[in-house]
Formats: sequence, structure tokens, C-alpha cells
Amino acid sequence: MVAVRQLNKWFGDHHVLKDVDLEVAAGEVVVVVGPSGSGKSTLCRCLNRLEVAGQGSIDIDGRPLPAEGRELARLRADVGMVFQSFNLFGHRTVLENVMLGPTKVRRMSKSEARAEALALLDRVGIRDKADNYPAELSGGQQQRAAIARALAMHPKVMLFDEPTSALDPEMVNEVLDVMVSLAAEGMTMIVVTHEMGFARRAADRVIFMDDGRIVETGTPDEFFSAPRTERARDFLSKILPH
Amino acid sequence: MNALTGHLSELGHGVVTTVELTVVTTIAALLIGIIVAILRITPVPMLRGIGLVYVEVLQNLPLLALLVLFVFALPQIGITFPLFTSAAIVIACYEGAYMAEAIRAGINTVAVGQAEAARAIGLTFSQSLRHVILPQALRAVIQPIGNICIALLMNTSLAAAVGVVELTQAANNVNLVEAQPIEVFTGAGIAYMLMALIIGFTTGRLERKLAIVR
Ligand SMILES: Nc1ncnc2c1ncn2[C@@H]1O[C@H](COP(=O)(O)OP(=O)(O)O)[C@@H](O)[C@H]1O
Ligand SMILES: [Mg+2]
Repeated sequence: MVAVRQLNKWFGDHHVLKDVDLEVAAGEVVVVVGPSGSGKSTLCRCLNRLEVAGQGSIDIDGRPLPAEGRELARLRADVGMVFQSFNLFGHRTVLENVMLGPTKVRRMSKSEARAEALALLDRVGIRDKADNYPAELSGGQQQRAAIARALAMHPKVMLFDEPTSALDPEMVNEVLDVMVSLAAEGMTMIVVTHEMGFARRAADRVIFMDDGRIVETGTPDEFFSAPRTERARDFLSKILPH
Repeated sequence: MNALTGHLSELGHGVVTTVELTVVTTIAALLIGIIVAILRITPVPMLRGIGLVYVEVLQNLPLLALLVLFVFALPQIGITFPLFTSAAIVIACYEGAYMAEAIRAGINTVAVGQAEAARAIGLTFSQSLRHVILPQALRAVIQPIGNICIALLMNTSLAAAVGVVELTQAANNVNLVEAQPIEVFTGAGIAYMLMALIIGFTTGRLERKLAIVR
């Protein structure tokens, strides 16, 4: 579903992604972990071209990522993205947030989009907030609305960039539960998160990045109980409760 | 008071012309402002350059000079418009530069994440602008836009210099007959003040009505 080959990315002189290779099969859930600044967000953002990679290739569902214009917009619609800071559209209600993509990008009728948006909001548990503005929702509710907004496009892949890092601890699980159920339904997912619970429950594979490289990859069990590299051991010792 | 009451019809016409000029140029200046602000933030360097030059040129020339140039120079190359139209075009272009800067400031208040989220669901650049960025940017600068409208209203009096009989010119004409400058221009001044108050009141209402819940 996603094929990344020899991806390199520079910010000026700063080499942020180094020869990254990554294959994600349809229905697979990949969790990306690694220290801050290791390039996790940049990798995610390259996958829907919010950042332009310097070298290498990215295929989504067998097709290379288009450079720009309408083609690119169409591809982005197929790749859902959930941000750390939610980024809901502040001047639109939750329902309008979810309907915007389907009506403007997919040219769906208003009534159809509305029905589907309400069903999605129901699914993420905030149907009763449909007519509220984002600022009237808690962080956890906002992030679930953002997931509904992404799902409304029927994406082939979902990218999550630290979706729970900006949340108060008591709201983390309501978002993770939605993500776990998505994974269970077979969504292809790339998730940057340090929530080991989520990785163990939902991930097929964990990827450890450090300094722009994929240093280690394995099943959640292998990775968390017996990391092979020194850097991964060092990283885990810092984030896992003792 | 005779100097005023004896010429109500003339002065009334002046007020109407001033209002017409203000309304027409405000709408045009807003449209120009939106277009130029967009030029200034497009990813295309050439278009950004055009936007920048537009703003710099128009903000750095006196409106009166532009009006006189437009009205007296263009006929030399065979282009003539009615006086009202000429004045409206020049004032709209001029105030459009100020609108553009206000709107660009508004665009800068919209978090980068909004544009990224818009792109991430597949909106094109123009769709993101239209449905996500501009609605929030314009809401953020209703007050500054109102102030530009008031400045624009005051600037319409410069149209008198190129022969448009708006309120200031009408007052001038009345004064030529009555020779009561204090009365006549105090009257005109009060009329300007009332119009400015209406603009301020309207933008205040709009701002409260369209405020984004934060
Ligand atoms: N827009 C940018 N301009 C310059 N440097 C950037 C930019 N975005 C990220 N970086 C740098 O790239 C590196 C990787 O960042 P990022 O992908 O955000 O890491 P992570 O998500 O793993 O914390 C960091 O050193 C960061 O400072
Ligand atoms: Mg990050």
C-alpha cells in the first residue's frame, strides 16, 4: 500500500531523513517510535507531500506520489492525516469540518455527506457535538472529530502524528480506543506514538527511528521486550516506566 | 443656518455622490485587496512579486497625485472615462493596496496547521483559501478593514480635485455663493462624521456576529 524507497530529506544543510526504506502492506498497522527530532513527523509529512522529499520515491497504492496540482490533491484525499494539534477548522462546526472534504473534494451531495458525517461522528462517539464549534470541545473530542474528518474521505492509508501527545492523560484512551477499532477493521495505518499500550494492542510492526534513519524494526513484543540495538535500549529505558 | 438650509438639495446630492463613491470603491477595494493579498502568498514567486510591486507603488504615492495623473494623463493617450468612474477606479486601486496589507495580516493570524489540514483532506490551493483560510483571515481583520473604509470615505473628498461634485465639492460650491465657510463646512463635517460612525457601528456589529468561538 505504501512503498518508500531510499528517501532522503534535507532542511537546508540539515539531513533529516537518511535512506529511509519502508513497505507497509494493506491492512498493516505500523507504529513509529524514536527520540524527538529523529524525523518521524517529517517522514509522515513526506508521505502526503506536506514536505517534499529531496531524493527517493514514494508510492501509494502502487502509484508514485504526484508532484503537485490536482493530481496531488486527489492523492492527499486518499491519505488521511491526523495531527498532534488536531487542526480542526475553527470557523466551522464539527459537522461542517467532517463534511467539507466529501462535498468539495469528492463532490458528494450535501445530504449524503451529512448523513455519512453524522454516522462517523457517532462512530467516534461525539454525535452530540456535531453542531458545536471545535473550541467548545475537549482535546480528546477534538481529536476524535479530526479522525472522523479524515475518515470521511475514505482514505486508503491513515497517518497519525503523535495524536495523543497534546492531550491530558485522561483523554488519551478515548482517542486510542477509536484508533484500535480502526486497526481492527483493517485500516492501513502509520502511527507515530509513544503509547506502548497502543503498539502492543494494535501494531503489526514497530519501527524505531534515530537521527533520520530506521534503526530497528520488529513486532511490538520483540521490540519492547528485547530491543536489538543499543540505541533502542537506551531510548526505551527513558520512556518506559521502571 | 440659512447657508445650509437654503441649499439642501445641492448638499444632499453631494452626500449621495459621496455615499455612492464610498460604497462602490469599498467593494472594489475589498476585491482588489483579496486578490493582491492572495498574490502575495502564492507559491509562485512571479505572482508574489507582482503583488509586492502593486502594494509598494500604490502605498507610496499620494492619492491626489494618482487622481490627477489618471484623469489628465489618460486622455492624452485617448482613454477617457466619466469623472465619477475615473475617481472610483483610482480610489479603489489605491485603497485596495491598504486592504491587501490588512488581509495579508489576517492571513498570517491563521495557524499554519489550518492550511495543512485543508491540504491533507485534498483541497486544492484555491479551495483551501476559499473555504478555510480567507473566512478566518477576514474575520480577524474586520476592525482594520472598517478603519480603511473610514479613511476611504474621507479620501473620496479628493475626487473634488478632479471635478466630481461630492460632498466637499458641493459644500465648496455653496460656500462660493453664501460665503459662510464655518457654517457650511461644519455642516459637511458633521455629515462625514455621521457616515464614519455608521461604518464603525456596522463593522463592530459584524465583528461580534462573525467572531470565531475560541
Ligand atoms: N520546517 C522545518 N525546517 C527546518 N528544520 C526542520 C523543520 N521541520 C523539522 N525540522 C528538523 O528536522 C528534524 C526532524 O524533525 P521531526 O521530523 O519533526 O522529528 P520528530 O517528529 O521525530 O520529533 C529536527 O531536527 C527538526 O528540527
Ligand atoms: Mg514530531
